[in-house]
Amino acid sequence: MRTHTHQEFEAELRNLKDRLLAMGGRCEQMIGTAVRAFEDRDEALANEVMEADREMNEDERAVDDLAVRILALRQPVGRDLRFAVAAVKASTDLERIGDEAVNIAERAIEMTPADRLSPPGAKLPEMAKRAGAMLQEALNALVEEDPEKARGVFDQDDAVDDIYSEVLTMCLDYMKDDPARIADGMRICNCAKYLERIADHATNIAEMVVFLVEGVDVRHGHA
Amino acid sequence: MSDTKKANVDHASGVKMETREVNVFYADNHAIKNVDLDILDRSVTALIGPSGCGKSTYLRALNRMNDTIYSARVEGRILLDGEDIYGSGVDPVEVRRRVGMVFQKSNPFPKSVFDNVAFGLQIGGEKDKDLIAERVEESLKGAALWDEVKDRLQASALGLSGGQQQRLCIARCLAVWPEVILMDEPASALDPIATAKIEELIRELREQYTIVIVTHSMQQAARVSDYTAFFYMGELIEYGATDRMFTRPARKRTEEYISGRFG
Repeated sequence: MRTHTHQEFEAELRNLKDRLLAMGGRCEQMIGTAVRAFEDRDEALANEVMEADREMNEDERAVDDLAVRILALRQPVGRDLRFAVAAVKASTDLERIGDEAVNIAERAIEMTPADRLSPPGAKLPEMAKRAGAMLQEALNALVEEDPEKARGVFDQDDAVDDIYSEVLTMCLDYMKDDPARIADGMRICNCAKYLERIADHATNIAEMVVFLVEGVDVRHGHA
Repeated sequence: MSDTKKANVDHASGVKMETREVNVFYADNHAIKNVDLDILDRSVTALIGPSGCGKSTYLRALNRMNDTIYSARVEGRILLDGEDIYGSGVDPVEVRRRVGMVFQKSNPFPKSVFDNVAFGLQIGGEKDKDLIAERVEESLKGAALWDEVKDRLQASALGLSGGQQQRLCIARCLAVWPEVILMDEPASALDPIATAKIEELIRELREQYTIVIVTHSMQQAARVSDYTAFFYMGELIEYGATDRMFTRPARKRTEEYISGRFG
């Protein structure tokens, strides 16, 4: 695809994409930090996540402002229009990923200090790794505008859902064995849910990449 | 390529005009190349493309306006309700009555508002003054101009504003009961409010008429048309429902043009 005759418009589109990717990068970091805060019961790391979330909220507003500005002033069509729409939707997903990371950080602080993680809790880093990898893959698909790479993300979502079910079962056993563990058990369940939601948001972003490139809506099982 | 051109076009409304392998030459210049296009009844079809792409030439072929250009030659078939408008024995004046035209620059005659609209009927031999007066009123109403001029029908048309003059030309076209209206950049010389009135009028007229409009404004094509045809260097590159053409054009060249990526 050639560049725009209006170089300023071209620069605005590039700026929009860069800001989205910067949000994505921040999200990846937040997930990693939140899970480390959980593993190590590290309050300082948890606070870092909360601080990053405030910047994330500003990023979301900036991306949406820029996209609305492009829609109003440039009246984009075709792929440019799809990109502006996809950017608004993806910024919402990224901001929510940030919120989920904050939720994990909050649960991390509430957890009872322990020498080592419980069996279900020990599954969370693996889940976080997979969800983070999905997000990374979705963002790479966005950078490269590669719908096949984006479709690869959809398949990984099932694996995360499977681990989520496994963690829930493990949590039930963990809590049944000792009612004193119920509070922490519930926190682990919640964290697993947050990670599962992060994977869903990464999937949404991948769906937006397919929409952006191919103009087809693949959400909710539509081919 | 023909699949792309036919894609996503709902033919339920019926075909008013068909062009088959149409080629137009100006002396040795091959201005239109093998254009196959169906123009659907009671809909607005926009012709878009960069300057010199042939869209105005194609438009003018639809009512034999190119006949008046000595070096112009039209090949292929252009059918109006299934009948070839270039067929032997077809009266070009009757073709232009059925397929009217509105130009970029409004061109009222230096006569009264009334006489401008009555002109087509009068040169067509209509003598019944009541019928003419009735038709003038209907046409001015049809062109959304009646309320603004009903008290000054005998005033000179040249005293009207640019937007009013353009609507007067549309009324003049409507007076002779056309079926198709061709518009060559009808709002390009008008301010945004006058443009909006013309665009609104186009949407109303499509209830009764088939409209083909040439426009350089992508936004105007998107706002007023049901179908869009993209021309480039004399060829029809892509044709389809306007909402698809502006959100998911099938061809790269269309995408580049509508999104402003032309060199």
